[in-house]
Amino acid sequence: MAHEWIFIGIILLFGTIFAAVPLVVNTIVAPKKPNVLKNETYECGMETVGDTWIQFKVQYYIFSLVFVIFDVEIVFLFPWAVAYKQLPFFAVVEGVIFIVILAGGLLYAWRKGALDWV
Amino acid sequence: MPEVRLGDLLVSLYDLFGWGLSEIGLNPSVVSILQKLVAAFILTNFCLLTPLLTIWLERKVSARFQDRLGPNRVGPFGLFQGFADIVKLITKEDITPAGADKTVFNIGPVIAVASVVGIWAVIPFASTMVGTDINVGILYSVAVGAIGTLAIMMGGWASNNKYALLGSFRTVAQLVSYEVPMIIALLIPTLLAGSMSMNTIVQEQQVWFVVAAPIAALLFLISSIAEVGRAPFDLLEAESEIVAGFHVEYTGMKFGVWMLAEFLHAFTICALTAVVFLGGWRGPWVDQYPLLGVVYFLTKTYFVSMIMLWIRVTVPRVRIDQMNDLNWKFLVPLSLVALVVTALVDKSIPVDFSIGSRSLILFLANMVIVVATLLVLRGISRKEQAAQSELQAEVNSI
Repeated sequence: MAHEWIFIGIILLFGTIFAAVPLVVNTIVAPKKPNVLKNETYECGMETVGDTWIQFKVQYYIFSLVFVIFDVEIVFLFPWAVAYKQLPFFAVVEGVIFIVILAGGLLYAWRKGALDWV
Repeated sequence: MPEVRLGDLLVSLYDLFGWGLSEIGLNPSVVSILQKLVAAFILTNFCLLTPLLTIWLERKVSARFQDRLGPNRVGPFGLFQGFADIVKLITKEDITPAGADKTVFNIGPVIAVASVVGIWAVIPFASTMVGTDINVGILYSVAVGAIGTLAIMMGGWASNNKYALLGSFRTVAQLVSYEVPMIIALLIPTLLAGSMSMNTIVQEQQVWFVVAAPIAALLFLISSIAEVGRAPFDLLEAESEIVAGFHVEYTGMKFGVWMLAEFLHAFTICALTAVVFLGGWRGPWVDQYPLLGVVYFLTKTYFVSMIMLWIRVTVPRVRIDQMNDLNWKFLVPLSLVALVVTALVDKSIPVDFSIGSRSLILFLANMVIVVATLLVLRGISRKEQAAQSELQAEVNSI
C-alpha cells in the first residue's frame, strides 16, 4: 500500500521541479530593468484607488456554503457506489433515500433564493 | 533476464532496467524506487511536452473553424510555433508588481502545474502501463485537480490588482459550483464498475460506459469544461470585463507556465473522459499487444479534445448568473436524478442478463430521463412565455 503512494509523491515533486525550472531560467536569461511606473498595478493606465484586498461579495460565501454541504455528502456516497454490486436492493433504496434528503436540501436553498445571483 | 516482448515494449524495458539494477547488487526496494523515479521522469516530460503539440493543433483547427490559416511560418505547417513562443516568453522581462505578495505570487503557477501533473499518475495508458493503480483513483484525480483552484486563487489574490482579485473570486465560485455535478457524474461509472481504481474501471467496460450512462458522460464533459475554465465558461479571464482575470499581472515565463497549466488541465480532462467513459485503452488486439492500448487511449483523448475545441469556437461566453443557474438549477438536479435512476434500474435488472442487454436497458432509462427533462424544460419556457404575453397585453390595454 505504501509503495503505491510513493509514485504519487515522486510525480508531484517532479511536477513542481519541472514547473520551477523555466521560471529560474527566465530570471537568469531575461533582462531586468524595473522602474517605478513599470511596477505599478496594471489597471488600464489609471492609478489604483484604495486598497485591493477588500471585502468580497457575500454571494460567493453562500455558494461555497452550499458546495460544502454537497461535497461532504457526496464523499459519503462513494463507499456506497463502490459496494453497490454486493448490496441487496434494500441497501440501494437506503442510498436513494439519502440522495433524496440531499435533494431536499438543494430545494430548500433554491426556495430561499440562495441560488440566485443578485 | 526478463524477455523483451515487442507488444509490451515499454513495460519490458522497465522490467529490464530493474533487472539490470538488481544484477549490480542493489537492494530490491532501492531498485523499485529508482524504477519509479525514471518512470515518473518520463511521464512528467510527456505531460509537459504534449501541450506543445496540443496547442499547435488547437490553434490550427480553431483557425480553420474561423476561416483563417493559423500558425504557418515556423517550421512545416507552423509546427515549431510552440518552441518559438517558449523562447520568446523565456527571454521576456519578469515584472513583479510593487504591491504583490511575492512568495505567493511566485508559487501560484508552480502549484497549478504540479497539481495537474499529479493527475497523470493514476491515468492508465495501457493495461500494464499505469503510473500507480491506487484503489481511490477517481477521488484522487478530483482532489488533486481541485488544488489547481487554490493555485488560481493564490495568483489572483497575491497580484494586488482588483481585476485579478475579481477573476479569482469568479474562479472559486465557478470551480466550486461545477465540482458537484462533476463528482456525481463520476459516481455513476464508479457504481457500474464497482471500483474507484482507474484500471478496473477500464477493464469493466466491455461495453463503453458512454452507452450505459450517456447523461453522466455529458454532465462530466460540461462540468469539467467549466472546471478548467475554457470557453464558454471562461468567465475567470473574460477579456471584455476584467481584462484577463487572475493573470493580469503575470509576465514572461510565469504567464507561460499558467498557460501550460491551463492547456494541460484541459487535455487531462479529455484523458479522464476517455478513460472513464470511452473505454480508455480498450480496442481490438489489445490483449496480445498491450502497447496498442496507448494508441487507442491517445486517439480517444484527442477525439474528446476536438469536441471540446468545437464547443469552444462555437458557443459564446455565458454570463455569471447564467453560469450559476445552469449549474445549480439544471446540472445538479439532473445529475441526482440520473444517479438515482441508474442505481435503481441497474439493481432491478436480473443478474443473469448479459452485459450488452444491461447496457441497453440503462441506455433506454437514460433516454427516458432526457425526454422527461426536455418536457419539463418546455413546460417552464411555455409558462414564462405566457407570463410575458400577459404582461404585454396589460401594457397594451393601458
